[in-house]
Amino acid sequence: MKKKAFAVTLDPATSLSNHTGSWRTLRPVNVFKLPPCNNQCPAGENIQQWLYYAGEGDYEHAWRVLTEENPLPACMGRVCYHTCEGKCNRGFLDESVGINSVERFLGDYALEHNLGFKMPSRETGKKVLIIGSGPAGLSAAYQLRRFGHKVHIVEMGQEPGGMMRYGIPVYRLPRNILDAEIKRITDMGVEIECGRKVENIEAEKKSGNYDAVILCLGASISTNVDIPQGDTTSILNALNVLGEIETRGDIQIARRVAVYGGGNTAVDVARSLRRIGAEPIIVYRRNRDKMPANEEEMDAAIEEGIQVKWLSTIAEARKDSLKIEKMVLDENGKPKPTGEYEELPADAVVLAIGQNVDTSVISKISGLNMEKDSVVIDNETMMTSVDGIFAAGDCASTDRTVTRAIGMGKHAARSVNAYLNGRAYKKAEKHEIAKFEDMHPWYYTDAPKQIREELEAARRCGTFDEVQKGLTEENAVFEARRCLSCGNCMECDNCYGVCPDSAIIKLGAGKGYEFNYDYCKGCGVCAQECPCGHIKMVPEQI
Amino acid sequence: MLKQIEGSLGVAEAVALCRPGVVCAYPISPQTHIVENVGKFVKTGTLKDCDFLNVESEFSAMSVAIGSSAGGARTYTATASQGLLFMVEGIYSASGLGLPIVMTVASRAIGGPINIWNDHSDSLSQRDSGWLQLFCESNQDAVDTHIMAFKIAETVGLPVMVCMDGFVLTHAFERLDIPSQEVVDKFLKEYEPNEYLNTSEPISMGAMVGPEAFTEVRILQQRKMARALKVIEDVTKEYRELTGSKSGGLLDCYNCENADLKLIILGSSVGTAKDEIDRLKKEGINVGIISLKSFRPFPYAKLAEAIGDTKQVICLERAFSFGGRGIICPEVKRAMEGKNCDIKTVVAGLGGRAIYGTTINGIVKNALDGKFTEEFTFFDVDASVLNSYTQKTEGVSFPNGPICQSQIDNSVNM
Amino acid sequence: MLEKIKFYQTGSNTVGNRMLNPAMRTIQASEDRPNSLISGHRACQGCGEALGARYAIDAAMKATNGQIMLVNATGCLEVFSTPYPESAWQIPWIHSLFGNAASVGSGLAAAARILAKKHGQENAPRIIAQGGDGGTTDIGFGPLSGMFERNDDVLYICYDNEAYMNTGVQRSSATPPAARTATTQLVGDAPGADWGKGKDVPLIAMAHGIPYVATATVADLRDLENKVTKAMSFHGARYIQILVPCPLGWGLNSSSTVTAARLAMETGFFPVYEAEYGKVTSVRKIRQKQPVLNYLKLQRRYAHLTGKKADPNVVARLQAMCDQNIKNFGLLDDDNTEAAPVAIQAFERNQSV
Repeated sequence: MKKKAFAVTLDPATSLSNHTGSWRTLRPVNVFKLPPCNNQCPAGENIQQWLYYAGEGDYEHAWRVLTEENPLPACMGRVCYHTCEGKCNRGFLDESVGINSVERFLGDYALEHNLGFKMPSRETGKKVLIIGSGPAGLSAAYQLRRFGHKVHIVEMGQEPGGMMRYGIPVYRLPRNILDAEIKRITDMGVEIECGRKVENIEAEKKSGNYDAVILCLGASISTNVDIPQGDTTSILNALNVLGEIETRGDIQIARRVAVYGGGNTAVDVARSLRRIGAEPIIVYRRNRDKMPANEEEMDAAIEEGIQVKWLSTIAEARKDSLKIEKMVLDENGKPKPTGEYEELPADAVVLAIGQNVDTSVISKISGLNMEKDSVVIDNETMMTSVDGIFAAGDCASTDRTVTRAIGMGKHAARSVNAYLNGRAYKKAEKHEIAKFEDMHPWYYTDAPKQIREELEAARRCGTFDEVQKGLTEENAVFEARRCLSCGNCMECDNCYGVCPDSAIIKLGAGKGYEFNYDYCKGCGVCAQECPCGHIKMVPEQI
Repeated sequence: MLKQIEGSLGVAEAVALCRPGVVCAYPISPQTHIVENVGKFVKTGTLKDCDFLNVESEFSAMSVAIGSSAGGARTYTATASQGLLFMVEGIYSASGLGLPIVMTVASRAIGGPINIWNDHSDSLSQRDSGWLQLFCESNQDAVDTHIMAFKIAETVGLPVMVCMDGFVLTHAFERLDIPSQEVVDKFLKEYEPNEYLNTSEPISMGAMVGPEAFTEVRILQQRKMARALKVIEDVTKEYRELTGSKSGGLLDCYNCENADLKLIILGSSVGTAKDEIDRLKKEGINVGIISLKSFRPFPYAKLAEAIGDTKQVICLERAFSFGGRGIICPEVKRAMEGKNCDIKTVVAGLGGRAIYGTTINGIVKNALDGKFTEEFTFFDVDASVLNSYTQKTEGVSFPNGPICQSQIDNSVNM
Repeated sequence: MLEKIKFYQTGSNTVGNRMLNPAMRTIQASEDRPNSLISGHRACQGCGEALGARYAIDAAMKATNGQIMLVNATGCLEVFSTPYPESAWQIPWIHSLFGNAASVGSGLAAAARILAKKHGQENAPRIIAQGGDGGTTDIGFGPLSGMFERNDDVLYICYDNEAYMNTGVQRSSATPPAARTATTQLVGDAPGADWGKGKDVPLIAMAHGIPYVATATVADLRDLENKVTKAMSFHGARYIQILVPCPLGWGLNSSSTVTAARLAMETGFFPVYEAEYGKVTSVRKIRQKQPVLNYLKLQRRYAHLTGKKADPNVVARLQAMCDQNIKNFGLLDDDNTEAAPVAIQAFERNQSV
């Protein structure tokens, strides 16, 4: 230009000298919230994070994030009751994300591709004894080994796995999967000594020079109930039945079997018996609504033709029939006897009314506090009342699931690690939970949940083949991408795009965004249009 | 090249020689023939690299001109009277943005009542707008002034109105000497804007300027006007030397030596006046004519010099300010402040009433006889027309002859 | 494998998406978007017009490889973007008057073409003239029509916030019925703007038979960008009207700008469509239809219709207006419309009170 006019003509972008940030009374800040799935997961998995990587197709990365907290995803992807999905905010839109399906996919992927855990970078020289190689024990062992401690597990069963092997039927958890995931842990240098029951824990600790012990005994004995019976009636317990079927593939049992109980074990037993050719009928004192067994499992059982006698208790077991008393639920949902009886043809009864901890050995530990059949532990440190002895899993909890056991095992391991380093252990504080009300669902596309292919009900009743197939890669990625990323940025660029003042800086792929407080006027459009609700407007410090 | 053509065509040819990039037009009498001819030149290809836009109003015409000029193209348009007023918002915008648009104003009376004939009320109404206003005596003057106007506008950085009397000049066939394309190209180079909109060097034109700088912006515009006085003279000198023409300049003096009376006249009446002055000279009456070419910027110093020590000056005005007096007279008085000179307004030729030699004669005689006793007098009044109304409605009648302001004042105080 | 999968977390509903291939994201998602209107301007917090302007002009810049020059009418956008000594524009820009943006655009387009021709350049820079609804539908209407009629190569963008906002929220011919403005206050028997008034400029633009006409809002960025990009592929007169909520004038929370625009679409209050040479070629279907009250209750200019004293007849009439728009343009999924759409004001005027 030869000569620009004064004042009437302006040079471009001269407005940058006007720092409109001074107008603000509210300022946007990034909040990182705890997604409800993460919050719910008893194993404490960072579900949102591994879904994030799975969605990108970066499966190994996703698996590594997952296995930070849980070393058994292929197993969990098959047996976990996925309460995370019940809390998933996506459920408010269409259906929850199939977290469990994706977990299984990642677990299977890792097995297919022979992904292993890293060896610890150094040895601490400390030794830890773990009693029991169920999920709690394996989880604790894995975490401790990562810290570089030497871990020795003593397992009373012939093979490791605990309830995962002896309680959960093969058609739910194929044994090759279980073996492979356990082997990955032992490949890290964890020792599992099978076939021996520790009789004296304190002695064992001393003789082995262990610096700490974690009790992961599980609840390995069936609850008993007194049923008046004749000589020839056979009354078995569920865990024995399942154990037999596991080790020998079969069991000698009568044709018509009443399975007494309404929990997952009862269903597992019924479905297993069906597969070996028996005719099981579940007898339960309450109704379907009140039944504690997992809904999907129960649905599957009914599809397989398993019958159920609701609102019934067994009053007497005779030679080839049972005397059943009808029950009725009172206004509190508790079953009450009616005094009405009927006959149910049955040749055997399998008791599946609960499991208890075998306290015979642990009760010998001096100073160890118990409550009923559970070991009492400090909720922060997972330590029992005896210094240096910790506990995790079914033996130390009334919430007895595999996933919970894994979570407790991990927690105990971290606490033991702190103990071995002479530090106090404190669990990380949970931050604000991401609620659906703080999110902006308009932005999410409609995407129905993928249903896992299921074996035809008829075919599966005859075999112990795995019932539920996993997702294909395409479906798994789709599923992972349905995650709303509650409360945490997923780089959708919305904030960057909707700011009328271009006051958000995009730092680059994977690096997120920064608020440019020089220009941000505090209007709040970014916060309102952030789909996952992770921007909050807070009062400006004036 | 000598041609005997209509004034409008002459102007059209002159404009075309200046190679404008964009011409826009909205029809209004008496400018129509100018733009029709330019349009034809564009369509036949005589005027190359030019876009001719037929717009839907004069407001649009000035706006298109603004856009075009801001975009770096040499721009031309033409209008008159009502059209000029319709584009006033744009007029001010153009001068505020410093865009060197050249526009012909085919001087015509402003309505109401509607009147399509020549006077100077339209052009003079825009004297405050920041445009240069150059008046033309004759069609030759118009041809030459248009060519000079582009150069003046582009040098000063302000738009220029070239005012030529509507119908009297625009529709008159006269002998015109149209310069050749080579001569014009030599005189007027390709337009090189001080600033213009282009994508390699972005600028924001037309900012909002508040009290903190508005005065200064206005002073800078006044400064451009000050500079314009010299630019007009320089450009006129250059053009005259190149073509031999006598057109343009800030003002022209005719028979001013030893004149007892000087008439200040704008526009085509100068021609009529010159003839009458020659006749009067034979009678021994020595009257000078100052043909005022540049009304804006007003050439105070040059005018004072032209008047010299003549004691009597009459401004022949073809417009006036309602509730006030003449428009030219106060400017002349300003130029002659402190000097002993009697300056008056004589209004004649409103709404196309012809100014004849006899009109001039009458004015001169009255002036020299001392019959103009006040500053402001309507000269060529038809008392019978006036009385046909005032007598009937109010019982007021005016005598024949010129009517001065006090007569008007008294006529309402009865 | 991943390319086959169509669904993403947010699909095409958000500005960008880290899993979408960059070519499928919006222009606004890019780190090197033009930012034709940069920070430091004096627009109110949450200004829809500032947002809409950047969206539209950036899209035009991308479509033309940076060869855009702007003409701006007097109004909020002009005032907040160029108060001496600060200009927020990074591209060539001129402001002349209130009503002449379209004409100045015509002139600028002519000059640009002539200069390009003279300098032997194949493509001249393209011109966009822009203004608010006041400067477009009222005072600028004559020049706008003239530009359309001549088919000058100018894209005119109207940022419609449904009133003269810069001068203090006075009514324009784009103000919807029953809305509060400073010249149609919420007093008397019929509070708010009159029924049976107003002008449908997009339909009027279509009636001129110009190559391309579209409406859009700031809540559907992809749609807006596509429309601007498509508009730049035509030569000749083009018109786009973008609904830009004004938090101050409408009485919205400054954070609700985009939300309000979305509801305007999803209720049918503001139909979004495009047309070529006088015929509608596509409509943006409503995704989740909402009752008009959900839109009204965000805005204090409609406060009189959402409280205890609300006149249900007025709300019903507004709902009918929305339903008529939906019918006229076929805005719901299965709707297809054959007849040429008619200005909604005709429908309103046809209603007896």
